[in-house]
Amino acid sequence: MSLSRKEIEKVSHLARLQLSDPELDAMTAQLANVVEYMETLSGLNTDDVEPLAHASDISNVLADDILKPSLSREEALANAPKRDAECYRVPAVLGD
Amino acid sequence: MTHDAFQTIIGLEVHVQLQTQTKLFCRCSTAFGAPPNTQTCPVCIGMPGALPVMNGKAYQLALRTAVALHCEIPRFTKWDRKQYYYPDLPKGYQISQFDLPMSQNGHLAISDPSGVFEPKKVGIIRAHLEDDAGKSMHDEAASKADSRIDLNRTGTPLLEIVSEPDMRSAAEARAYLSELKLLLMYLDVSDCNMQEGSLRVDANINLHLETSHGKVATPIVEVKNMNSFRAVERALSYEAGRQFELWEERHIQLGGPGGHKTTRGWDDEVQVTRPQREKEESSDYRYFPDPDLVPVITETDHVEEVRRNLDELPAAIRKRLESKYKITSYDTDVIVNQGRDFVDFYVTVAESCGDGKRASNWLQQDVLRTLKEAELSIEEFPVSADSLGDLLNRVSAGDLDNSRAKDVFSRMFNEQESVEEAMSALGIVKVDTSALESLCRELVTANPKVVADVQEGKSQAIGALIGQARKQNSNANPAEVKRICLKIIASL
Amino acid sequence: MSLIESTAAQLHRQLTSGNVTSVEVTQSFLDHIQQHDEHYSAFISLNVEAALAQAEDIDRRRASGKPVGALGGLPVAVKDVICTKGQTTTCGSKMLRDFVPPYDATVVCKLKQADGVLLGKTNMDEFAMGSSTENSAFGVTHNPWDRTCVPGGSSGGAAACVAARMAPLSVGTDTGGSIRQPAAFCGVTGMKPTYGRVSRFGLVAFASSLDQIGPIAQTAEDAALLLQALAGHDPNDSTSSSKPVPDFLRAINQPLVGLKIGVIREHFGEGLDDEVAAAVREAVHTYQALGATVSDISLPHNQYAIATYYVIAPSEASSNLARYDGVHYGFRANEAEILETLKQERDTATATNQEATGKELDSELIRMYQRTRSEGFGSEVQRRIMLGVYALSEGYASKYYLKALKVRRLIRQDFDKAFEKVDLIVGPTSPTPAYPIGDKIADPLSMYLGDLYTVSANLAGIAGISIPCGFSKTGLPIGLQLQAPAFEEERLLQAAHMFQQQTDWHTKRPSLKN
Ligand SMILES: [Zn+2]
Repeated sequence: MSLSRKEIEKVSHLARLQLSDPELDAMTAQLANVVEYMETLSGLNTDDVEPLAHASDISNVLADDILKPSLSREEALANAPKRDAECYRVPAVLGD
Repeated sequence: MTHDAFQTIIGLEVHVQLQTQTKLFCRCSTAFGAPPNTQTCPVCIGMPGALPVMNGKAYQLALRTAVALHCEIPRFTKWDRKQYYYPDLPKGYQISQFDLPMSQNGHLAISDPSGVFEPKKVGIIRAHLEDDAGKSMHDEAASKADSRIDLNRTGTPLLEIVSEPDMRSAAEARAYLSELKLLLMYLDVSDCNMQEGSLRVDANINLHLETSHGKVATPIVEVKNMNSFRAVERALSYEAGRQFELWEERHIQLGGPGGHKTTRGWDDEVQVTRPQREKEESSDYRYFPDPDLVPVITETDHVEEVRRNLDELPAAIRKRLESKYKITSYDTDVIVNQGRDFVDFYVTVAESCGDGKRASNWLQQDVLRTLKEAELSIEEFPVSADSLGDLLNRVSAGDLDNSRAKDVFSRMFNEQESVEEAMSALGIVKVDTSALESLCRELVTANPKVVADVQEGKSQAIGALIGQARKQNSNANPAEVKRICLKIIASL
Repeated sequence: MSLIESTAAQLHRQLTSGNVTSVEVTQSFLDHIQQHDEHYSAFISLNVEAALAQAEDIDRRRASGKPVGALGGLPVAVKDVICTKGQTTTCGSKMLRDFVPPYDATVVCKLKQADGVLLGKTNMDEFAMGSSTENSAFGVTHNPWDRTCVPGGSSGGAAACVAARMAPLSVGTDTGGSIRQPAAFCGVTGMKPTYGRVSRFGLVAFASSLDQIGPIAQTAEDAALLLQALAGHDPNDSTSSSKPVPDFLRAINQPLVGLKIGVIREHFGEGLDDEVAAAVREAVHTYQALGATVSDISLPHNQYAIATYYVIAPSEASSNLARYDGVHYGFRANEAEILETLKQERDTATATNQEATGKELDSELIRMYQRTRSEGFGSEVQRRIMLGVYALSEGYASKYYLKALKVRRLIRQDFDKAFEKVDLIVGPTSPTPAYPIGDKIADPLSMYLGDLYTVSANLAGIAGISIPCGFSKTGLPIGLQLQAPAFEEERLLQAAHMFQQQTDWHTKRPSLKN
């Protein structure tokens, strides 16, 4: 099954990328090619295989609940593209 | 709201901020009310390269709560990324738990002493640990439509407790919340301050109706923005009524056309729910295991140890007080709701005066009123449980009557005096029984009219004798005077 | 021999004995960079003043008999994906062009503690996504052996700067071969340590379960010196291992006796360049001559490694890169333009009756996210984000993401089985030597297939190293990959050192053309 342009449009919205029509076409073609290659995985029977999300077998890494210094507000906001004296600023958040 | 025509189905999602010093994945402070953006670091801002490390205390508090809610604790649990875009979510995802939560399948028992509903167990689907988002504030001062973002709260540990849709009325929902809050307070895992957002409630509600075509359900509505338990109760009553009216009017069914789940917000001013804009694509969070975190494995032994180390919890305390001190479920409720210190205070008073009922009455009336007026907590109360017990013991022994005892109590509180000191300051001494008898004889002889009235059956006439007795000796115990006078009259 | 021609180990001895100062060494490398790098673009930024100040401080301490760290004032280049406090960390992206971290990555702290002098930040494929360093917002890095060829990637700048003698030591990162492949293309030694061996704290994530920081240097001995400084447990990285770190420099001089090496049958199949195959076979003979026994082994699921990798890595990347949305740091698209466009769209929509089109208009906030990300990210990064979002999205997650996790386990099990029989797995690092710039840029899949031999070590979490083992007829280096079980970096370094004692491929250096 190949990737449709409609799916690519939906995915681009989920990814918060705005693609022009030619970009969407190019993306559809390139990803269809890659996704088709991914399909080779479907040929492999993995019914009895547990997923492996992580190569390491570390568990229970828990830190003590002890305060460490935070950044100063200036340090925290220094990289903000838009800010005021106290906060980050963004175009209005609508709804609640 | 109870209604014959339909049954209300309610499930609650409660988010509780856990009482830790530091955030869930970094060591920034969780203290409420700091100036904006002064409690953040690369980790909680989601800066490039920063990595989370789980707060062990937060996990332990969550585990303790889950055990107290009778949840199963799976051996293996992990954290997943829940992905959506929002300016107060700096990483672009919340670290939550998806398919393998740290606890599941528990319950919380609720009951109502006044009998509005039958006692029941509300199922807990799951309780899981996740991080909180920051705050977006709409800047109304500026003419431009900007929002301002404060990330101080970002990363605060939250326990999300999801109930089964087991509640059948707004009153049950409120009882569930009260009981849950009480449990969390007894567990010492959260301050549960709703005003500061330490406890947040979302409700899912719909109706089941009997129709000529069989049982049907109305579409599920998620109700948000309820900032007090009273608001929850009112919002759910309102919403049940609204859904019923809508059903009568349009017959939209759950799962049918137009029957998808919607979100509404409670407007406390106008006392109505209103539709809320929903977050886009809320259905596709693209959960996957957070590769920056490792799983937590909890062995059964550890769960059992947590269970053993739980202090006695409200349900058990109620049972113990009722059976040991013979007080009503209403009374135990009032006492237990005041918290563990108050319960301890009660038990000491009851043990020391040997009368659970008297101790309960005194605590509920005099002690609670005094605490409230003086704005004190029980730990700050200057009258010790032992000395109050001593006072009530003397009342039981007939050394002084209830109203004199209240004067003594008042001095004990105001002047910080002992029982002895307060009594002697008030000139209270126990009247010798023979002295009291001779006083009563005098009064009976001097009041033939009263005697005649009593003999005719107007026993309340005896009050006049009691009044005279108290005038002559303020320490005369009214109950004793009444008993002796009646005995003398009867023997005439 | 001039300072820049020396290996790190040689420079280290000279520094320790007081024959040269760190300032002299640092200055010679800085001079060399300033003389040549405009033609190679190995560096994105240099820390001239800070580096010289650091070197001066080290020299002062050494002169007054105070303790000096293990790197003893050696210059080190750092890939620009690793956070340096107060110095821009761009990840090769327009998105982070002006990003100045308020903190140092753990490895940067460790380098400073070891008295490594931080020369500057090296060029890379944007967010480490790529195998050619063509995807950088700061220009293409050129291969020092042939300027018309790519240096490999994503740590192209990190490998090229060592080959071009612009730095004796260089820190790279490897998610699917990003240290080993450029090391092979540039004729230097590059190691991807075991997952968890080096802290990732402060490494800007591409794919968190695969990313690993490692050394690039001229020799295995130099790589050992740098790895020693980088490795170790870090409480700020939950995935960092608490296994003790061996003394790599001591180990390296102890030759491996009775070494059993395995050659992967599947690695000599279709797509492998003849010259590469011949050089690798020759290297295997060298090991045989050194007393190793060679056996054929099979990794039956290796054929699925690329597909598995290109599901898992983009999935994690799509999530890791969600934070670049123009709110808290980095680039934000021009808001006035966004407002203007939205206004026009609204007017058009009203005119053409919005209900008929059925499309709801984006809010300004959503449009800000979209424009910021579309303008801030390059096309390869956008492609991988799309791929990852798709692989994790509703309806596809179990078919792609979950399936890939299962195959990942099979790939790991193949290695576990193979390492029951052999100590090391030997093969080519890359199917071909470096290719011309622009050759594969239009065909992502062909680029991805070049990672065939390297991605499985990341999927399995094991260690791998690439060392020079020959040259093509056109004079491009060829890399030999050695792979060892998890936490056997020692064995890799020993084997690589044995080889380098016997051969001189690693001593060859390109002559730079201006
Ligand atoms: Zn923080």
